[in-house]
Amino acid sequence: MSNTKAKDSKSSFGAKVLHGNLLYTLISIAVGFIVGAILLQAAGISAGEAYGKLITGTLGKPKFIVWSIVYASPIILTGLSVAFSFQTGVFNIGAEGQYVVGTLAACIVGVFVKVPAVIHVPLCLIAAALAGGLWSMVVAVLKVKRGINEVLSFIMFNWIAYYLSNYIVNIPAVHKEGNGEATKDILDSAKMLVTSESLQDVLGSGASYNIFVAVLAAIVIAFILNRTTLGYKLKAVGFNRHAAEYGGISANKEIMTAMSISGALAGMGGACQLMGMGMRISQFSSQEGFGFQGITVALIGSTNPIGCIFAGLFYGAMKYGGTKLSLVNAPSEIVDIIMGTIIFFIAISHVFKRLLLSHTGKKAKSEGGTK
Amino acid sequence: MGRESHVDLSKTVIAMHDIVKKFGDFVANDGINLTVHKGEVHAILGENGAGKSTLMNVLYGLYHPTSGYIEVNENKVSIDSPEKAIELGIGMVHQHFMLVQPFTVTENIILGMEPVKGLSVDLKSAREQVIELSQRYGLQVDPDAKIEDISVGMQQRVEILKVLYRGADILILDEPTASLTPQEIGELIEIIGHLTKDGKSIILITHKLKEIKASADYCTIIRQGKYIQTVDVSEVNEDQLAAMMVGRDVTFKVDKKEQKPGEEALVVKNLHGKDYRNVEILKGLDLTVRRGEIVGLAGVDGNGQTELVEIITGLRKGTEGSIQIHGKEVFGATPREIFDAGITSIPADRQKHGLVLEFSVADNLILQNFGEEEFSKHGILKRDAIQKKATELIDKFDIRPRESENKPAGQLSGGNQQKVIIAREITNDSELLIAVNPTRGLDVGAIEYVHKYLVEQRNKGKAVLLVSFELDEVMSLSDEIKVIFDGKIVGSVPGKDADENELGLMMAGGGAHE
Repeated sequence: MSNTKAKDSKSSFGAKVLHGNLLYTLISIAVGFIVGAILLQAAGISAGEAYGKLITGTLGKPKFIVWSIVYASPIILTGLSVAFSFQTGVFNIGAEGQYVVGTLAACIVGVFVKVPAVIHVPLCLIAAALAGGLWSMVVAVLKVKRGINEVLSFIMFNWIAYYLSNYIVNIPAVHKEGNGEATKDILDSAKMLVTSESLQDVLGSGASYNIFVAVLAAIVIAFILNRTTLGYKLKAVGFNRHAAEYGGISANKEIMTAMSISGALAGMGGACQLMGMGMRISQFSSQEGFGFQGITVALIGSTNPIGCIFAGLFYGAMKYGGTKLSLVNAPSEIVDIIMGTIIFFIAISHVFKRLLLSHTGKKAKSEGGTK
Repeated sequence: MGRESHVDLSKTVIAMHDIVKKFGDFVANDGINLTVHKGEVHAILGENGAGKSTLMNVLYGLYHPTSGYIEVNENKVSIDSPEKAIELGIGMVHQHFMLVQPFTVTENIILGMEPVKGLSVDLKSAREQVIELSQRYGLQVDPDAKIEDISVGMQQRVEILKVLYRGADILILDEPTASLTPQEIGELIEIIGHLTKDGKSIILITHKLKEIKASADYCTIIRQGKYIQTVDVSEVNEDQLAAMMVGRDVTFKVDKKEQKPGEEALVVKNLHGKDYRNVEILKGLDLTVRRGEIVGLAGVDGNGQTELVEIITGLRKGTEGSIQIHGKEVFGATPREIFDAGITSIPADRQKHGLVLEFSVADNLILQNFGEEEFSKHGILKRDAIQKKATELIDKFDIRPRESENKPAGQLSGGNQQKVIIAREITNDSELLIAVNPTRGLDVGAIEYVHKYLVEQRNKGKAVLLVSFELDEVMSLSDEIKVIFDGKIVGSVPGKDADENELGLMMAGGGAHE
């Protein structure tokens, strides 16, 4: 069968594109915008104008780009959290709750610990990662020891985190002085803001460097998954726990590890939001959705850590751009519709894939026939 | 073999002429001819990947031939879909059954072609038709049983009935005996006899020579996509068939020197265990395997073999008993501890336990060893070393396609998946190897290799426990054959004086002697 060899080595660039996920993700994004345009037109709003605003509002000035990136950082991390869980065989629908406890931990350390910035920022991040990791680990223990489905407990833990946060916000020692339903601001030393004035002139006064935390985390996670024995074990359990156990890997232990790491990432997402954008925690009136947006990011990024960076930047820009749509009298909800449509089409993208592959397959066959 | 032939040479039902099928540059079928007559059983023999399935998919309308043509009943036809094939009276029974588990036998058979009475399905007349068909061809099935409750052999009968119900006169059976017990294989051969007597023609895709001898009239041999020849089965013996298939002489006789077994490697005492339904299936089993011997475990599926191996390897918890490997108690230990104590295994279910299908072949080859110094340091995988090892093993074990290091294991054919597992376990070179159906789905060349290896391990003084539904395999390799029945060892026979009938009787629970 030396013939098979020729067939394998002949995997051209075109075939790689057709078999990969990127093409179908881009098609889904295009369809999302088309559906959004149809709805805008139906509501009597010019789609051209609205999309024009989305583009100029996010890319028009360096300041806008910076804000898009600042918006993106926390959801890159929650996206990474969800993507990591998918790769390791669990479904972290609890990133929302881990994100919230991460914010809380970073806030408490950020308000009460007085150390120089070089120590303070990493300290807050570590506190958030620990909080998110532990929060998720409780669910993991329930799953492994008691067989409780993680999806159910994650959703409940999201609500526990939500009310815990509102409780802590209202503790007098934490609550800000004066009016407003929020905590005290974190100390300046805990803020992830660009302090150089010359840079601020270009990037805007709200410029944060939190994106570096997100990108670094994505690189570390990609490395763990692809190049370490830890990643090997976690993925083996995720794909086929029977084979993993046969190979001597303790599935229960690895599931707990995977869920803790996933939780830690979401917790860091909370810290990045707090220290780069929010500076304080307000009392919630509803779930903020950063964790749930992480699911969207993970899916657009094909559960690939590096893919999550780009998917997160896209979603961040859409979120930030959406706040400007009211300027052209378009509802900002259109962004949610577009994102929802994209996810829907990514979910059914295997249908496109099969259609395209069978179409090109047929073409190749008839070409082979005429040769 | 004393079988009755029903071939009517005056009527040609299928004639495939010079069939060429290319996929891009790859030639899967290169000028293949096939002629099948009425009432004939025609075997198609070839190694894994020789192009048997491609040829049958061309006949069944799933592929278009690049060149060549097909005649059915002496008329030139173009078969462009399975529907067209069925219309022409061609039916296919796939290796992997396509049945709806919670449906009854009747419901499965009529699925897609339900007789209707007004607006509702006429189940009553359908049921009668099914009974009529099954009586005519000796295919006893309970028309009201649910698929999930019947055995694999029964499920295959349902598949055959499904094809007959659609009016097929030409039946393609793709590896029909792959998952059957010896008894079921005998019954299938009988059914094939009933079908041909009634004028049906059978195309049998297989690489089991013994079954070809027992059931086929003619045999067409394909090697690497090329037509080799068509032979009258009564005029050739198994060795000749094998040589034609592989292209060189193949020895079935395993060269095994007399050898005194050494000390006890594995001692299982009074082992009790439950199956997945929590029913006790092992009822005080005792088993000893010594160094330098192959112990074959013969038995009908479902008598506790699977559970025994799972408990020994730590995948399942036993309820009571003792398992010692070189004197070290491992009852209740983790799979890792048992592996480290010196037991490796070729698992029965290659896709469940043997492989992570999403992982690359290279990653699968280090499933137990990724933590060893050769493949990782401080928790970082040595990708180059892993790749190198994979290339080496793919080459050595003839895993196809070559250069599949980075392909997901799930994309390999079943036989090649098995080779990946065997390559890995052989490389582990443990003190005790437990091989469960190690040659299932492999072709003759690969089987020869595996058998040679098992004997080599024995000759090196390692212990081997062979669990197999292939009685021939057990008989030709084992120094000692133990028969398992109802969760206990009911008999023990030295391999060289084993008699198939005697073993068969013990496997069915009769005539125990120790």
